[in-house]
Amino acid sequence: MSVLAVADLAKSFGGVRAVDGVSFTVGEGEFLALIGPNGAGKSTCFNMINGQLRPDAGRILFAGRDIAGMPSRDVWRLGVGRTFQIAATFGSMTVAENVQMALISHAGETFRGWRPAARRHRARSLALLAEVGMQEAAERASRELAYGDVKRLEFAVALASEPRLLLMDEPTAGMAPRERTELIALVKRLVVERGISVLFTEHSMDVVFAFADRIVVLARGRLIADGDAASVRANETVQQVYFGTGRAFERRRERAP
Amino acid sequence: MLQALLFQGIDGLAAASGLFLVAAGLSLIFGVTRIINIAHGSLYMLGTYVAATIASRVAGGLGFWGGIVATALLIGLVGAAIEIVLLRRIYRAPELFQLLATFALVLIISDAVLWLWGPEDLLGPRAPGLRGAIEVLGRRLPSYNLFLIFVGPLVLIALHLALARTRFGRLVRAATQDREMVGALGVNQAALFTAVFALGSLLAGLGGALQVAREPANLLTDLVVISDAFVVVVVGGMGSITGAYLAAVLISEIKALCISIGVVSIAGMTVNFSKLTLVAEFLVMAIVLIVRPYGLLGRLQGVVRTVAAPEEPMRPAPIALKATGAAVVIVLVLAPFLARNTPYALVLGVDVLIAVLFAASLHFIMGPGGMHSFGHAAYFGLGAYGAGLLVKWAAATLPLGLLIAPFAALLGALVFGWFAVRLSGVYLAMLTLAFAQIVWSIATQWTEFTGGSNGILGIWPTAPFDSRAAFFLLTAALVVAGVLLLRRVIFAPFGYAMRAGRDSPLRAEAIGIDVRRVHWMGFALAGAVCGVAGGLFAFAKGSISPETIDVGRSIDGLVMVLLGGIQSLSGPIIGASVYTVLQDTVMRQTEYWRAMLGAIILALVLLFPDGIAGGLAKLWRGRA
Ligand SMILES: Nc1ncnc2c1ncn2[C@@H]1O[C@H](COP(=O)(O)OP(=O)(O)O)[C@@H](O)[C@H]1O
Ligand SMILES: [Mg+2]
Repeated sequence: MSVLAVADLAKSFGGVRAVDGVSFTVGEGEFLALIGPNGAGKSTCFNMINGQLRPDAGRILFAGRDIAGMPSRDVWRLGVGRTFQIAATFGSMTVAENVQMALISHAGETFRGWRPAARRHRARSLALLAEVGMQEAAERASRELAYGDVKRLEFAVALASEPRLLLMDEPTAGMAPRERTELIALVKRLVVERGISVLFTEHSMDVVFAFADRIVVLARGRLIADGDAASVRANETVQQVYFGTGRAFERRRERAP
Repeated sequence: MLQALLFQGIDGLAAASGLFLVAAGLSLIFGVTRIINIAHGSLYMLGTYVAATIASRVAGGLGFWGGIVATALLIGLVGAAIEIVLLRRIYRAPELFQLLATFALVLIISDAVLWLWGPEDLLGPRAPGLRGAIEVLGRRLPSYNLFLIFVGPLVLIALHLALARTRFGRLVRAATQDREMVGALGVNQAALFTAVFALGSLLAGLGGALQVAREPANLLTDLVVISDAFVVVVVGGMGSITGAYLAAVLISEIKALCISIGVVSIAGMTVNFSKLTLVAEFLVMAIVLIVRPYGLLGRLQGVVRTVAAPEEPMRPAPIALKATGAAVVIVLVLAPFLARNTPYALVLGVDVLIAVLFAASLHFIMGPGGMHSFGHAAYFGLGAYGAGLLVKWAAATLPLGLLIAPFAALLGALVFGWFAVRLSGVYLAMLTLAFAQIVWSIATQWTEFTGGSNGILGIWPTAPFDSRAAFFLLTAALVVAGVLLLRRVIFAPFGYAMRAGRDSPLRAEAIGIDVRRVHWMGFALAGAVCGVAGGLFAFAKGSISPETIDVGRSIDGLVMVLLGGIQSLSGPIIGASVYTVLQDTVMRQTEYWRAMLGAIILALVLLFPDGIAGGLAKLWRGRA
């Protein structure tokens, strides 16, 4: 049984077909990599799945329910967590408070006006931070964090709502290679423990081939391959559009923020 | 009837030209520098005085027409000077500080004009060669108006060509559309900004100078013109010159329509449309902003310039702050006794307290909510009028009046806030301003119900609050309760959710927070609390009139919040107290209190960019 089934998904911006008839599924507990060169439409897919964008066409079945066009807060409530390519945290809050905010929302306490937020769900917040190795930074302002730490904070925030599916858009962007592998290893361990399915994008092929259960490849908005590491590696189209330019592209990416 | 309509329509085009000149300058300046120059109306006013003076000294066509050109150039120079001396220092400051600085200029220019020309209106000469009138549709249209009709489109075409054909124009367009590009082009950005500011000011001066043949120069022009110009710029789309002309025509025509319709009976009610011109103008702006949030021809403005210094996480009040708070409460309770020989102190105390509640409620949506309301006077006014009307029409007692105040304001805030939270930044500021102006115009123009510009008199506190001491204590109790309530909410999940929505709407929505709803509720709560301040004000003064709820009050609120420091919860309290006392003391010292106030505000903006509370906190940290 798949957690997420995307069918014939499409989205255009002006004349650009960012996503063009894409279909794939994410199985229960699966660790699925969505890869493709810059501009392939990966983030746009994520944005449609988590409700930030309304698809032009197609269905998005989450746990058997069509969530296409649903506001992202409702999608989240159904159990879809998300981290962003350009990390988004609440800069004026401490690291612990960022997680607490997610816990507060998850508990349906957003509109409470009396007991201080900083005292709610504090233990749980610290426990989550400890799991991602951020307990020391708990009282720092989240805007002061180094890039890698922001990504880990985002991960903790995403875990706070006990999602069934986690969408992670370039969780390791801007990190050094070793740090990347460590973070993905951590993510994999924590989601496997919890039985969370993950759809993630990642530019390091080493990381993808080492950790992903399955790989979906996008290029120019179209799905060009879907399978395990070996079959994707062997796929001719992939080799042409992706690995043909892979190295140069890798280096370009590194310079971008 | 149809002829009258057409005639008014043609005359409306003359008004549109004047409006366009001011608005085009404002729009240009905003497009390139991202500064909303509130002093733009003051430059226009300066233009009217200068042109009238030149024309009265130098006789004939040279004095009039030459004077207009000379005035425009002179005001352009004044604009350049302002840019070089002041604005250049604050381009990187938060948007709101820039507003505050240009507001200080409004105060200073207003007093400079008062000092130079005195309080009397200055009658301008008639235009030589255009004194007559021509027959249009059986009515007489002054030739000068006909001339003005053509001025607007001419300037529009000239600007259009300048922007399309010259290097300067290309830079202006590039800067308007993409701020990063200016830096990339490697141009001398400072020179570009100065030139644009000079050009915008020149247009304002030209607009003012052309106006003197129609209306006398007058000290109230600055705020009237700036609010009209804002409406035009926002309706047309920030930074769009053609949009500004369209909007100027649209608004002038709607006003003309209202005037030509005149008094009509609808279902037994007589409605005087010519009195609805003000409401109409702001109603148009509100509708346009709701339907097309970036104006008729506007586009979403590119990247926002680096804004405020990032806010520190909130910490619970340290012991020292709690002790200070307790001391303040003790002083408030003892005040009637302490001030038994200086009764004026209690009167001033009530003013300060009301200002504190007003500012705290504004801070609630500006700070944690990130919604920069330019129309907080609306909720003050709804509270004040809610209480006042109940006293007037139902002879209500004080408790009843004060009970209705927050509900009246809450209702208004719920309606207006629903629209406001759909916008952000400058557009939200302008929409809130529009709503406040609608409230103000209704209070002014619905004479039978609200007493019109005289307002409502005789709203005195009833027993047991009819002594000065008792009313002071009541005010103190309500204000302290209101401030503590807001503080409590800010620390509670709801306040955190407001900040979450402000810091990162994307992230907030992605963890299930309905940002609009949260901000809407925050807006409503702030409105209700502000309504209490308004109710107290009505009883403190014994009266309420439109004058006390005009744009000036909204701006006072902004000044108070920024003066105190927007990032600090004690900021609005300190800011409101300092501002009110300053206003009271400075005002009584000199005839030129506005200029003094302006100078003080400028000094604060340049020296204490974090406000008083922020500055104190820095000193404190520096010492520790
Ligand atoms: N909001 C948007 N407006 C216009 N074009 C967009 C927008 N978002 C993405 N695109 C375009 O859609 C294409 C896919 O972008 P994206 O999904 O971000 O790719 P990826 O995440 O794979 O790098 C790109 O050509 C990009 O320029
Ligand atoms: Mg992407």
